[in-house]
Amino acid sequence: MLKRKVEDVFNEPGCSTNQGKSEKARKAGCSKPLTPGAAAGGCAFDGAKIALQPIADCIHIVHGPIACEGNGWDNRHAKSTHSQVFRTGVTTDMSDLDVVYGGEKKLYKAIKEAIVRFDPPAVFVYQTCVPAMIGDDIVKVCEVATEKLGKPVIPVNAPGFVGSKNLGNKLGGEALLEYVIGSEEPEISTPYDINILGDYNIAGELWQVEPLLKKLGIRVLGRITGDARYHDVTVAHRAKVSMMVCSQALINVARKLQERYGVAYFEGSFYGITDTSNALRTMSKMLVEQGAPADLIDRAEALIASEEARCHARLAVYKQRLEGKKILLYTGGHKSWSVISALQDIGVKVIGSSVRKSTTEDKERAKELMGDDGMLYDAIPPKEMYRMLKDREADMMLSGGRTQFIALKAKMPWLDMNQERHHAYAGYEGMVALVSEIDKALFNPIWNQVREAAPWDAICAPAKVEN
Amino acid sequence: MAEVIHPRKALSINPLKMSQPLGGAMAFMGLAGCMPLLHGSQGCTAFGLVLLVRHFREAIPFQTTAMNEITTILGGIENLEQACLNIYNRTKCKVIGVCTTGLTETRGEDLKGDVKLIRQRHPELADVEIVYVTTPDFAAALEQGWGKAVTAMVEQIVQPSLAKTDGQVNILAGSHLTPGDIEEIRDMVEAFGLTPIILPDLSGSLDGHVPDAYMGTTYGGTTVEDIRSMGRSEITIAIGQQMRYAAAQLQEKAGVPFQVLDRLTGLGAVDEFVRILQRVSGKAAPQKIRRQRSQLQDAMLDGHFYFGNTPVALAAEPDLLFAMTSWLAEMGANVVTAVSSMESPILETIPAAQVIIGDMDDLERGAAQAQAKLLITHSHGRMAAEHLGVPLFRVGFPMFDRLGAAHRRTVGYRGTRDLIFDVGNLLIEHAHEAQPDDWQLPEGDDHDATAAAH
Repeated sequence: MLKRKVEDVFNEPGCSTNQGKSEKARKAGCSKPLTPGAAAGGCAFDGAKIALQPIADCIHIVHGPIACEGNGWDNRHAKSTHSQVFRTGVTTDMSDLDVVYGGEKKLYKAIKEAIVRFDPPAVFVYQTCVPAMIGDDIVKVCEVATEKLGKPVIPVNAPGFVGSKNLGNKLGGEALLEYVIGSEEPEISTPYDINILGDYNIAGELWQVEPLLKKLGIRVLGRITGDARYHDVTVAHRAKVSMMVCSQALINVARKLQERYGVAYFEGSFYGITDTSNALRTMSKMLVEQGAPADLIDRAEALIASEEARCHARLAVYKQRLEGKKILLYTGGHKSWSVISALQDIGVKVIGSSVRKSTTEDKERAKELMGDDGMLYDAIPPKEMYRMLKDREADMMLSGGRTQFIALKAKMPWLDMNQERHHAYAGYEGMVALVSEIDKALFNPIWNQVREAAPWDAICAPAKVEN
Repeated sequence: MAEVIHPRKALSINPLKMSQPLGGAMAFMGLAGCMPLLHGSQGCTAFGLVLLVRHFREAIPFQTTAMNEITTILGGIENLEQACLNIYNRTKCKVIGVCTTGLTETRGEDLKGDVKLIRQRHPELADVEIVYVTTPDFAAALEQGWGKAVTAMVEQIVQPSLAKTDGQVNILAGSHLTPGDIEEIRDMVEAFGLTPIILPDLSGSLDGHVPDAYMGTTYGGTTVEDIRSMGRSEITIAIGQQMRYAAAQLQEKAGVPFQVLDRLTGLGAVDEFVRILQRVSGKAAPQKIRRQRSQLQDAMLDGHFYFGNTPVALAAEPDLLFAMTSWLAEMGANVVTAVSSMESPILETIPAAQVIIGDMDDLERGAAQAQAKLLITHSHGRMAAEHLGVPLFRVGFPMFDRLGAAHRRTVGYRGTRDLIFDVGNLLIEHAHEAQPDDWQLPEGDDHDATAAAH
């Protein structure tokens, strides 16, 4: 059953890359084979949990040995307006006895204990490698638990060995489609109801964008899953338009929402001025197409004009200082091109960007934006990254936490652009924040001091050679 | 002294525990030119990697055999083989430290046989030590994985020797010691004119320094040559009960006598260490050490006011829990709740009525019930501390929301002195200030015990 689901997810008709493939290539799936001893990144379980855990009022039980939850809980900065319950680390902590006798009974008991203790609106149960190998049927356990305990208990079947984090995102989305979306109805419906898919409110990024939507009278009805409560996911089928934020991560959800419930979707980004404006424009236009009053488009244009002007005025201060600075960008997915365009807005040069996890379309966009100034890389070996920074081919690196020390050990400024980051960079506000963080990092006074050799070495050195 | 309790519950809430393979990999990070390798799915490594990066704020060399659906069923020797070759070709490392995971242990990989076969097939790997250890995720915890990995290093690298090197001392360092702790231990041993070989030595690799060039492996730590020569040492001093088995194996293999020190935190415990160093070196304690001891005595005198009768709740891995609770008891504090990640013979000797094998939820509930004034555990205790409104003193791994985790020092006279200051300051900061209503007379008929107690 899981196999069929994985195939189904790989065979995504909404995905342009997939459309361009032969039948055989499509069957082989879109995840690149991993190289033992030279792989990086999370597993499918990791991806599924990233996608679903932001549902803040729910309990998320990880069924597996301690590694899967014990080594990784409470490690992200998804923010919630409503509840902190989702941050609780909850696991069945399987022991060797559970491996021998099977973990289904323990899982059932665990679900029961969680409901008694936290009284959540729903419980999510995540499958992991070990119980999958010994044949624990979490779908059945969840079915029985739902029936007997009177709360939705949702199985998320994405054990780590089936593939990458990205596949896990999609399998998480499948669980929502199968068990959650459409299970409740909103109290009221408005012509201004949208879904936001694939944004997890990292560091509060949705909070940078929602005031814009509010100003236009647009309501975020379905949240998948940034700043969501369970109810906010169940009613997503009643929205008029879905905005798919994280490139292709939840495209299966967007497409199926359209097929099953007629919710139109578009892909957009809130990173950068141009992209934010375009997202607001497209969203308004599509809502009007779905029956919202036509004045929405004009109101959106007016808001865009005033916010862009306000943003540019605030950025002008930095433009002088940052013009011509060279940046090495090492992120994945949609962020590549949207950040490139954002940085170019203030005169910063992107000398190189990775497009590791990007789709062909993403790559095209990035290429077009960078022109002759920069190079696109699939993956840059760490040693080469270190060299580029050490030789000052770039003034700074923007990347994820794992590569930060390549920059720092080269004594070069670095900024966190990844999911674990503490700062929010979305919308017009986020752009100002990003630029101010880049400025802060580049102009910190430590750089000169830390790059200097110890001056007392020179005192003992044999006669100093003058140039 | 303490009764060890195993709560019967199916749900672990806010885990204290981390997995064995992570502990094993961390131990390998204390070897020079090493690449730790988890034999499992890529997520096994990814989660551990993120946690290590957050704690040490360092680049962490850490690889995976990237087991997938098919190899999980058919067996992982090809993945292990490819991983070893790829790692060696790319990094020219000296050691590959292989730890199994829940995934490969559930299938039942023959690790020893696999490594043997890989060695036969690839003579080009002759220069690299491939140390392997079985560490299923579904048993024990980080501390035990560390202990097993160190035992494997001893069994697979140390060379027996009849000749001894005068003044050479082996230190087997437990998982609860930070790079800062290890520097302190080295300093003390060297103060007696002795030459320590410390295994593993995180102070060389993860102490946070800036190397001159990019390295794909660990950039410091115990070298393979040093480990080989551990058989020539006069004595092995094992720090923490978790190191007992490795020390015993070293004795069996190379005839080096050993002594286990349960802890190096607290005046009496450090005295014991100094006594051993005096005996081995034949020298009296140098002036520097005497001065440090005197400073600790003074810190105890200044600090005891704030510790006396203070109810404290702790959660940690066994050896760290033992060190912290014993030191607190010596300062006059009351250990009201003690939670451990796993079983260990040391738990029974902890100065508390009970030790629970449990999670942060057990800590939180115990602390609430006993009205603890202070929590001591790793950074994941922050939610419990927030709920309870009491201060949290962070110890152990992971410490991801504070700077300088690697340099926290709690061993030796100086480490204990600093610990008294740090914890004492926290208690001073959160001391109860007298309020006008603190001393009400009993009202009317309400002469019950609670009212009288005020």
